[in-house]
Amino acid sequence: MDDILFILISKYNYWGYIILMMVGLYAMIIKKNLVKKIIGMSIMQTAIIFFYVSIGVKKNATIPIITRGHNNAADIVRAADYINPLPHVLMLTAIVVAVATLGVALALAIKVYRHYDTLEEDEIHDFLKNQAK
Amino acid sequence: MGLITVVLCGAMLLFGTADFPGWGDPQSPASSHVSPYYIEKSIPQTSVPNIVTAVLADYRGYDTMFETTVIFTAGIACFFLLRIQRKEPEIRYYRHIPTGITLRVEKGAKLPEDSKVFERIDTLYTPHDLIIKTTARLVIPFLLIFALYVITHGHYGPGGGFQGGVILGAAIILFAISYDLRSASRKLSERAAALLSAAGVFIYAGTGAFCLLLASNFLDYGALASILGVDPVTARSHGILIVEIGVGATVMAVMVWIYYNLSSRGKHDEGL
Repeated sequence: MDDILFILISKYNYWGYIILMMVGLYAMIIKKNLVKKIIGMSIMQTAIIFFYVSIGVKKNATIPIITRGHNNAADIVRAADYINPLPHVLMLTAIVVAVATLGVALALAIKVYRHYDTLEEDEIHDFLKNQAK
Repeated sequence: MGLITVVLCGAMLLFGTADFPGWGDPQSPASSHVSPYYIEKSIPQTSVPNIVTAVLADYRGYDTMFETTVIFTAGIACFFLLRIQRKEPEIRYYRHIPTGITLRVEKGAKLPEDSKVFERIDTLYTPHDLIIKTTARLVIPFLLIFALYVITHGHYGPGGGFQGGVILGAAIILFAISYDLRSASRKLSERAAALLSAAGVFIYAGTGAFCLLLASNFLDYGALASILGVDPVTARSHGILIVEIGVGATVMAVMVWIYYNLSSRGKHDEGL
């Protein structure tokens, strides 16, 4: 019992990101509307970003901006005092790229709507089936 | 069926977390290989206090360069997917701003495009809200200044090219929403946005290639020391600033460009 409680308390960040990611995956798999699928994709990207940021956290550490130690040899920068900057760097670019890919996804959705007059996946499927006959 | 897949997938991921390091563990694998090196060496090697900026533009310069290229490509993709190059319609509508009368202009008759009294409208015209217009006009200059501050202050505080570029783009998109797309594209035309987004990538890659010309490695800003007249460590700091400006230009232009294409469905008329 104590083991389970320990896992629950020390790893709740992963639980949060997994639930969020599954919400996004559910939307991408189940929903028939293309815009809802795109929203699901965005939720999934957000879950990944949360995951990365949460693994960068260190206990008793501050943000990775060094405030002292410019020209003073006595001020040695210790890695344990600052949180891991690497996940932040990766997610910084990932957020902006996510916005750009969201733009492309919406552009494709507009293109699909222009061609088929609908964004529902099953209606597009029926249309294609009727066309093949 | 889909629900079962999702639940199974989630259960497997939850099972996998048993091997993951705990919350805030300083000895976790992610924090124990290359990240201590970055934290301890970024000041002596680049003299940039914000480690995120130093890693972004210097240690992982290739990554960021291609991220910028990805954003640029997304802008181009939106353009090619949506843009419709159509001839001007023969019948245009203009609104007389003081009285609100709509004017129908047939072919042949001409009206100056940049008239202060008349504004070009589409058939589905809805008047813009005065409160929103006034508020946006008050907010946008401060947004622009704040965006430039975020770009240039990326060395010493949270900020940098990506964040500042997004704020710059958001300011122009706010203008386009609160007024209309035509007045926004008079301030920043589509051509300017396209050129700016390409110029940002060119600044980034050009800085790298320039270091190559100065007999150094690609994107090794230390080589700029002889040109800037500073020591190599400070030269890295300056190189990061140049590159961040390039990133900011690309991000801003691409955000605006994608918005123009999406909001007017490629027609570049009045927009939303």
